[in-house]
This record gives sequence, C-alpha cells and structure tokens, in this order.
Amino acid sequence: MAMLHIVNKSPFERVAFESCLRYVKAGDSILMIEDASVGAIEGTKFADQLKAAMADTSVYVLGGDLAARGMSEDRMIEGIKSVDYAGFVELVADNEKTQSWV
Amino acid sequence: MATKKFMYVNRKAPYGTVYALEALEVVLIAAAFEQDISLAFIDDGVYQIAKGQNTDGIGMKNFSATYKALGDYDINKIFVEKESLDERGMTADDLMDLVWEDEDDDWAEKPSIKIVSRAEMADVLADQDVHYSF
Amino acid sequence: MGTLDVNGTAVEVDEEGYLEDLSSWTEDIAVAMAAAEDVELSDEHWDIINFLREYYEEYQIAPAVRVLTKAVGKRLGKDKGNSKYLYSLFPYGPGKQACKYAGLPKPTGCV
Repeated sequence: MAMLHIVNKSPFERVAFESCLRYVKAGDSILMIEDASVGAIEGTKFADQLKAAMADTSVYVLGGDLAARGMSEDRMIEGIKSVDYAGFVELVADNEKTQSWV
Repeated sequence: MATKKFMYVNRKAPYGTVYALEALEVVLIAAAFEQDISLAFIDDGVYQIAKGQNTDGIGMKNFSATYKALGDYDINKIFVEKESLDERGMTADDLMDLVWEDEDDDWAEKPSIKIVSRAEMADVLADQDVHYSF
Repeated sequence: MGTLDVNGTAVEVDEEGYLEDLSSWTEDIAVAMAAAEDVELSDEHWDIINFLREYYEEYQIAPAVRVLTKAVGKRLGKDKGNSKYLYSLFPYGPGKQACKYAGLPKPTGCV
C-alpha cells in the first residue's frame, strides 16, 4: 500500500515538510515540488532530517522547480532523483495513493 | 518632503508564490519617487537573487534578470543575511552579481549586495522609517 | 483589445495600443503604430526604440523614463540624455510612446 507524499512548501518556512516526514512509512515515496524543491539541496539545515527519512523511502524532486530557484542538480543530496512532469505523472500512477502536504 | 528610509523585506522563494514578483514591481514603482530605498533578503528570500535561475521547466517568466536593473534605478543598498545563506547550503558566490554605476566616480561599477550577520540585519531593520514585508 | 492594420495584416493590440504578443514585433509594426499617431520614424527615433528593445531583452522590463534618460545620455551622448530631447521625439511621453512602438509593455510606474 505504497503512498506518494507530495510536498510543495519550503522546509525552511513551514512545518508541512517536517510533518510529512513524521507520517511517511517504509516503502513510501516523497516528491518535492514548487518551493519544497529547495529541500533537496545538500548542506542545508534540513538535509539531515531528509537523509534520515531516505533510509526507507524514495525521494524525488521536480527538476524544473529546482532549476527555477537557481539550484543545480549536482548540489542535491545523494540518492534524490530528479523528475520532470512526465515522471511526476508516473509516480502518481505507480503509487496506490497520493497525499499532498499543502 | 523629507526623505524617508524605506525597507522592503523579502522572505519568500520566487515562483512558488507571487510575493517575490509583486515586491519587485512595488520597488520599481517606489523608485520613481526618489526615496531612500533598501532591500533585505532573509530566509527563503535569498533564492530570489540566486544566480542561474532557469524557468524553462516550469513555464513561468524568469524575472531574475530584472534585479540586475535595480542599480539603474539607484537602488544599491541590498542586504543579504549570512545565516539565511548558511542554513540553505549557500554562499555569497551563489548570488547574482548585482551592481550599480557611480555617476560621481566616472560610472565605476560598485557592488550593491552587502552580506550582513543576523545581528547586523536587526540593526539595519531598526534603522528604517517604513517597512514593507513580502 | 483591438487590432492594428500593418500592411494588410491585423495585429492584436490592447486598449491603449500596446502590442499583445511581444515576440511578434517587427519594424513594420513600429512604423504602422507611429503612422497611426502621425509620426514618421527617423533614425533618432530608431536609436531609442532599439535601445528599449535591447534593455527589455536584458532586464525583462521597460525602463522608467528617468532610467531611460540616464542610459541614453551615457550611450548616445549627453546632448540626448535629457527629457527635452526625448520629448521632442516622443511628445506623448518617451516611456509610453517609445515603448509602444518598440512592442514593449507599458513601463512600470511610467510617465
């Protein structure tokens, strides 16, 4: 019963992302879009929390949102996968359920 | 009319919400009134002036180039908080090169961005007459 | 919304006559917009129009008149970097009128 968790708020500005991390289950996937995309960067004050969650979840970021905010993909935390809109659709299709943490 | 010190505080990332673009437009309009204008970039606001923004993938207008015009509008007091950069894994090198030309110094290009500590930013904010938050 | 006749082709403009689609601009459009206001474009007009287009390309905004004046003075000479000169070319306001011919949106906070 894998679930896709979609986050669109910056982890530095709102607690939505942190809340999401408290509720994800092993085998779930997390997709960062819009302002949440900046959470994918290595070396931030949020990185350790996300890396801990990555032990048993798959983490994705919408590459276009990251690029729009001036962050290149080589700065991402290792193991995070960048996807485009087609990849977004695939993730939704591949998971039985989707929850947005708005 | 006595000149007042206006401070525009930018705290949000661009594109996800409309705040960054709205602030930029308000600042450009305010510049026409020849007041003493300063800009502060703190928290996620630092992403607004990150270099290399590319919006091809999200189909939105990339307005980052417009920050480079601020110097032409005599807006050259741009304060960026160091702690906000640190917390986001960024340094001053990740920011666009925002400059202004000093007419009184043979149009020499001078940097507009000043990186300040959180304590210094508090002093900068306290020193203003009017604050607008975005 | 309205249209402007450019050599037999209808071009979409807004209620103030500004081009709807920036990317569709041609020199013929500028000539037709000017003709509609009884202006014949001289080399001096084109200097300003071309400058505005380059400025927009670089900064993604139409410059305020103050900025335009300063920049023209720096680029085309001090004798041209004043509002008297610019108003002599564009009597309806250098910001409004020149930006319109250049196919740009109305300048933010313009005169």
